[in-house]
Amino acid sequence: IHFVLSISRQGKVRLTKWYSPYSQKERSKVIRELSGMILTRGPKLCNFVEWRGFKVVYKRYAGLYFCMCINQEDNELEILEIIQYFVETLNRYFGNVCELDLIFHFHKTYYILDEILIAGELQESSQNTVHRLIDAQDSLVEAAKEEENTVSYIIAQVAN
Amino acid sequence: MSGGGGPSLMDSLFQRTLDDLIKGIRLHLPGAPQSSFISKSLDEIRREIKSTDLQTKSTALQKLTYLHSLHGIDMSWAAFHAVELTSSPSFLHKKTGYLAASLSFRPSTDVLLLLTNQLRKDLSSTNQHEVSLALECLSVICTPDFARDLTPDIFVLLTSSKSFIRKKSIACLLMVFSQYPDAVRVCFKRLVENLESGDSAQTLAATVSVFCELASKEPRSYLPLAPEFYRILVESRNNWVLIKVLKIFAQLAKLEPRLAKKVVEPICDHIKRSEAKSLVFECVRTIVSSFHEYEFAVKLAVAKIREFLLDSDLNLRYLGLQGLLLVAPNHLWAVLENKEVVIKSLSDVDRNIKLEALRLVMSMVSDDNVVEICRVLIGYALKSDPEFCNEILRSILSTCSRNVYEIIIDFDWYVSLLAEMARIPHCQNGEEIEYQLIDIGMRVKDVRPELVRVGRGLLIDPALLGNPFIHRILSAAAWVSGEYVQFSRNPFEIMEALLQPRTNLLPPSIRSVYIHSTFKVLSFCLHSFLFPKKEVNSLLSDNDIEPGFTYSESEQEFTETDQATSSSAFQKRDTFTQESIDNVLTLVITSLTPLVENHDVEIQERVRNVLGLAQLAQKDISSHHDQKEKMVDKMDLKVSIIIRLINDALSEDFGPIPFNAQERVPIPDGLVLEENLSKLDSICADVPLPKSESFSLLKPINLPTDGDSISNQHNEEESETSAAESMSLLAEHRKKHGLFYLSSNDNKNASSSFPPANDPSQRDNDMEDLVKLTEESLVLKRKPNLSRPRPVVVKLDEGDRLPIIVKKTDENDDLISGAVRDVLLGNETSLHSNNPSGRRKGKTSSKDKVENSETSNSSKRRSKHRNHGNNVDKKEEISEKSKQKSGGRHRARRRADGDIDVAVQKPVIPDFLL
Repeated sequence: IHFVLSISRQGKVRLTKWYSPYSQKERSKVIRELSGMILTRGPKLCNFVEWRGFKVVYKRYAGLYFCMCINQEDNELEILEIIQYFVETLNRYFGNVCELDLIFHFHKTYYILDEILIAGELQESSQNTVHRLIDAQDSLVEAAKEEENTVSYIIAQVAN
Repeated sequence: MSGGGGPSLMDSLFQRTLDDLIKGIRLHLPGAPQSSFISKSLDEIRREIKSTDLQTKSTALQKLTYLHSLHGIDMSWAAFHAVELTSSPSFLHKKTGYLAASLSFRPSTDVLLLLTNQLRKDLSSTNQHEVSLALECLSVICTPDFARDLTPDIFVLLTSSKSFIRKKSIACLLMVFSQYPDAVRVCFKRLVENLESGDSAQTLAATVSVFCELASKEPRSYLPLAPEFYRILVESRNNWVLIKVLKIFAQLAKLEPRLAKKVVEPICDHIKRSEAKSLVFECVRTIVSSFHEYEFAVKLAVAKIREFLLDSDLNLRYLGLQGLLLVAPNHLWAVLENKEVVIKSLSDVDRNIKLEALRLVMSMVSDDNVVEICRVLIGYALKSDPEFCNEILRSILSTCSRNVYEIIIDFDWYVSLLAEMARIPHCQNGEEIEYQLIDIGMRVKDVRPELVRVGRGLLIDPALLGNPFIHRILSAAAWVSGEYVQFSRNPFEIMEALLQPRTNLLPPSIRSVYIHSTFKVLSFCLHSFLFPKKEVNSLLSDNDIEPGFTYSESEQEFTETDQATSSSAFQKRDTFTQESIDNVLTLVITSLTPLVENHDVEIQERVRNVLGLAQLAQKDISSHHDQKEKMVDKMDLKVSIIIRLINDALSEDFGPIPFNAQERVPIPDGLVLEENLSKLDSICADVPLPKSESFSLLKPINLPTDGDSISNQHNEEESETSAAESMSLLAEHRKKHGLFYLSSNDNKNASSSFPPANDPSQRDNDMEDLVKLTEESLVLKRKPNLSRPRPVVVKLDEGDRLPIIVKKTDENDDLISGAVRDVLLGNETSLHSNNPSGRRKGKTSSKDKVENSETSNSSKRRSKHRNHGNNVDKKEEISEKSKQKSGGRHRARRRADGDIDVAVQKPVIPDFLL
């Protein structure tokens, strides 16, 4: 997988993750090209688009398109399943996920994606595991936050 | 409160949170208000991020990361702060820091090195989540430096007891290897161990993924691991893993045919058993791309493809078509079996499916069915939307012209197909059609009468002039009609078409082609009028004198066509009466005179040429007519002489010219190219200007006859007919500035100072070959049901298109595979001994382990002193290894040989293929 994109129906970018090196200029060009190509496609067409010698697999969930770019010889159906799996995981984490969740918790979305894909490869195919890991990390974060909010911590900060 | 702490505390108390930022952005309309809000927020972030309070800094960085990843804001300036946060003891801050780093760091980021230590620290952390953060970050931003410095840490993690860490470090290896191939020597052993142990599904999946990626770049090195992959293929029930293993086998089987025999059975089992479409499709793809010689497997695969094709799911239909496309080269029957589905898909709702179907249809084309398929496709093209219509036309054009019109037998049909395409309303392929029309005209002699007929049809249709897309085609038609006007039944009609008022809709470049064609037609008419007796044969007799090549060999063919068109030729002769010539001249003069002052230089110049000829002819002929005597002496007229010269010049045939023609012109001794031409000014100063009228009249002959790039030809042979006047001037000039001229070869072409692009002597040889080949092909290839043989298509040696440069494999890949091979050497020996007794593996496995550990030792040692890595005490191993090595070297040599072979073979390809 070369990159993961998520684009809203209005063409707004909601998530970008690049596994192959692209400069910022190329990135915005890619996004422009792909959103132009994918958003114009009708609702009941196939989920694969050929693009610059690569294939882009996309799937639409409500107003949001999830796209992943793969090599010509990669398995499209597999990627489709990965997208499905990613969205299901998000759904389970946020509880009936909607676009706003992804917008306001963009970092969490990234963490979840990072648990599913690494270096452009699927690393974890069990939702339960991903869930457990994310929860564990969240609790670590919470612990850190609590520590910060203790009075002694604030006083220490001020004293500095 | 201290001065430094105050603003920091204020900042942290009243800092905008991420939520605030996002809400703010959403509140502002896209465009100017939003971007001003963003830049205001950026200013805040710049201030906040410098805070000493980590919480404030972290929030600022998080906001910045948001803006970077979704709004494309540059955040390279904050790289240092991201590094700073990664070293925070708080997990929250560390996480934010790593996220920012993995999203924004580039190899060029200057603080990258600062991160090395932190990564190392986190990689060896006891908190598994910290390790995972570091690994994830590394997997994205890995650089050669990182890879080199951190390889030992990852090496340790490869045996981590937590599969969660292990799988991540394995996946991370992929990046490390690609950045730093030497890491392979260290880590490969453990990677293989992970493949073998398979205690956790996730680690196995990660390992297989890594191998899959590596093998896709250079499969050969991984052949020794085939037994392991085979075990996974048979035992694993994890579809993700199976798909990857199949991909690996697809690569390996190409190298080792014996492997295919073993693997094909389990793959078929998977097809039959699996419910998952993705796995089934992968099996199908593997079979049709790598195991296509196994009939039963292919049959099974094609059956599955058919299921896909008939499915209601568009995705499956699309993939089905793709699968068929893969089968097509080796098993055309599979495509033919599903012909109806494919054809039906041409009118699918989905453009992508239509495109795939089109590709498939094109793969079915052969010389037997090209006519039928093109008819069907043109039908679809007429019905489709403009975009797809052009896609169809484009693929027809490219398929039919493949390998110099290999599949076309009936060129008359093809030429009229091209004309038909031009008339399709949405046609936007004018350029290609133009090229092909002219190209065919030059290459295929027999089709010229039909070509002229088709060109006439296009030219006389005034409606076509209104469509700018087909102007290029009209230009080709005009050129063809002018160049091969001798095949025309009615040159006057063409003249009228070329001069019709609506031609003012054409762009200047094409208009000048029209005018030049007028010139050719006019000179042909005058010639036919002035030399009526010699009419048909004039071409032949004249050309016998020429040093050229074209007619001498094809006399028989010509007489054939002559007989066929003899009746029309007789008619033609009758049509060249005094009256008709007068009419033509008047027509030319009246319609071209207004153009004398055209703004376009090209048009102006050509119009003047034509007018000069026409007026001269009119004057001479009419005065001659007035005398009403000595009709026989027409030949003595001044115009007759000129016309004769011009006609000789024009009847010279064009041949196709290869791209490298220029290179074949030998560079004479003593010629210094690319020297500063400072003397040029002095030379240009004394170039005499043309004085007499006759000189300017003859000028077009000296011009390249189609200099306006309609047909890529510029180095046309100069004609013999240059006026003596200009010759003498030229000679004088040459004497003066001989340095700047190429040496002339007088014996061949008196006036030509350049060696002709189509060297006549070579040509003659080629022609002999050609004739021989034609005879052979007539005997051998003639199909019984053909009414006539395929006409000769002139081809050039060394290909018409530019040669394709062979891609070299990535150096980096070579390094990786080289390292892999080194590491596997020991391994390979053990596995080789295993190979014949794959089933009895359990017995030998313990021994394997011993060997493995030993080889791992040796490989480690080798990594230390790589120069004399043969320091292994076991004699056996040394001998085996050297065997392996020599094998490897041999392989390399063979590959090199192959390269040379290719290079050598290229020029040897026969000049004329039929």
